[in-house]
Amino acid sequence: MNTSSTQPERLDSSGPWKTALIGLARDNTARFAWLCLLLIVLSCLMAPFYAARIAHTDPFSANVAGSIMLDGQEVDLMQPNDNPLHLGLSPIGPTWHTHYLLGADSQGRDIAARLLYGGRNSLLIASASATLCLVFATLIGVVAGFMGGVVDSVLSRLMDIMWAVPVYLFAICLSIVTITTGLHLGPFTLEGNSLLVPVMIIALVYMPYAARPVRARVMSLKTAEFVTAARCLGVPRWRIVLFDILPNVSDTLVVLGPLVMAMALLTESALSFLSIGVQAPASSWGTMIQDGEGLIYTRPVVAIAPGLAIAAVVLCLNILGDSLRDHLDPRSAGREP
Amino acid sequence: MLRAFLSRMAQTLFVLFGISAMVFGVFFATPGMDPTARIAGRGASPQVMETIRKEYGFDRSLPVQYGIMMKKLFITRDLASYANRGEHVVPEILHAAPVTASLVCGAAVIWIATSLLAGTLAAAMKGRMIDRMIMALGMVGISIPVFWLGEVMNMLTQSRYHDRWWFAWVPPPGYIPLTQNPLGWFLSLVIPWCVLALAFTGIYSRVLRADLIALSHEDFIRTARAKGLSPSRIMLRHSLRMALIGYTALFGMDFAQLAGGGALMTEVVFGLPGVGHLTYQALSNMDLPLIMATVMYSATFVVVANALVDVLHMALDPRIRPSR
Repeated sequence: MNTSSTQPERLDSSGPWKTALIGLARDNTARFAWLCLLLIVLSCLMAPFYAARIAHTDPFSANVAGSIMLDGQEVDLMQPNDNPLHLGLSPIGPTWHTHYLLGADSQGRDIAARLLYGGRNSLLIASASATLCLVFATLIGVVAGFMGGVVDSVLSRLMDIMWAVPVYLFAICLSIVTITTGLHLGPFTLEGNSLLVPVMIIALVYMPYAARPVRARVMSLKTAEFVTAARCLGVPRWRIVLFDILPNVSDTLVVLGPLVMAMALLTESALSFLSIGVQAPASSWGTMIQDGEGLIYTRPVVAIAPGLAIAAVVLCLNILGDSLRDHLDPRSAGREP
Repeated sequence: MLRAFLSRMAQTLFVLFGISAMVFGVFFATPGMDPTARIAGRGASPQVMETIRKEYGFDRSLPVQYGIMMKKLFITRDLASYANRGEHVVPEILHAAPVTASLVCGAAVIWIATSLLAGTLAAAMKGRMIDRMIMALGMVGISIPVFWLGEVMNMLTQSRYHDRWWFAWVPPPGYIPLTQNPLGWFLSLVIPWCVLALAFTGIYSRVLRADLIALSHEDFIRTARAKGLSPSRIMLRHSLRMALIGYTALFGMDFAQLAGGGALMTEVVFGLPGVGHLTYQALSNMDLPLIMATVMYSATFVVVANALVDVLHMALDPRIRPSR
């Protein structure tokens, strides 16, 4: 990548990125995953439009006493239970009409509209925390790998220590402390119910996972011939890091990106399910599953719909990560016919 | 060998110290709130606050506080939770541990058996329909949130299909001790075992397949093939044996993490009163001493288990031993 590829005699000068992109474009599964992911993200972005123009509901206000028109009949949103005594009320199931397409939750809110709004938060948190995680991991990995010596061993031990605590327990620790009191670090204040709290927690928890491969990559690049050559030419260290090391770490980061985002999405939903992730009134797919937990026997769709959404997005991200690795890593088995 | 062992132990001690300092810091040295109020829970009286401040030494320096906390956790074991009527925390954790152990051990048996079978089969049938199907199923298994799968399985087995013969045997959610009723113990854990094992089956069969395929290019496998050994013999006796080294290392880490409380979501969904469930209850009571104690214990367990696995590896595989 750093050798000049503009020599006129090398006509088929395809860099690793180009090769990878061509491979990705030929990979049907990866194309399908891209398409699905794009559709899900677009439909989540359309959430306000869907709620206002198609479903005509407000997905954030309780509507327990409401009723809707179905095939010319007025139907209550809260209906008597199916049990023999007709005790208790349960929300309406899927209507398969534009109003309450997937039915209502325990407070009479439109699940389909909430699904789209919740997806915005879930996807936002997952992508933001994955980005933040990779930025920190790159910083730590490059510093540890390039400096070596004491700095490296301190940072590596720190990563070991963080990785030894089970991920969910570590995340629980951090969120219980930040959610109760918020975070006050000098001039920087974070409210307990801010979306940034889960973003920072998830980013921190998965940092060791991403920092290790980056560090390993930097270590091997440090002894590469072109880095030695640059050093012999008297190139300052910051230039070597910025222009020789970082571009070559980028493929590791690109492969890690979707995988970290998939794990972040799963962790976010688990934390929200335990009610220590996204805080009300904001919602995410995880809080929706928690809402549906009480209705799981009577109206399972309330919890099943967001779970399917999570599984679909995570599946797409895992497929993408896998095929990116296959096409970017020359040693991987995917390159073979 | 002895020197390697000793240096590994020293490393372990260092990591243990680091973890305890980190967890202590997260709970009691984060800026913004008085740690006394954290331990006391909501609505504690000034007298209680004063007692706690004295007991935990919050009026003294941080290293002293850390020392008192460690003593209470590991030596005198009298760390009490104020949110929960002064109950001692450590016995509670020890009481919950067998439940977690039952859950994790059973799930481990399932995921080892299925992933060995699926991974070997996929590697042997590389590129064929079976291989693709196994790999796709594994990917789906990895992608499903475990707590959601648990909810759905609860719904199917407890309500929707509970009157059909195929799920009629499932007892209501909860834990039945092995010593009380072995059959009930088994039946009540079958569904949680399968739910917990699913994601790991996916991961392990994919890893095993990749390792086996990578090994098939090695010289010693080519030699075995040239020697005229049958493909199944090469696969089972040569490739699989080699691939199991990485597999067991992975297993040791995951198993320790799960047994140390990583199976929290499964325990919560199925109402199994294990270590993870204890943490969950502590969350809803804001019982910080209990949360800190579970995290500390699980991290200790994970670190010690990892060290044991490493030592075992050093004893089994001469190449891993550091050369003198």
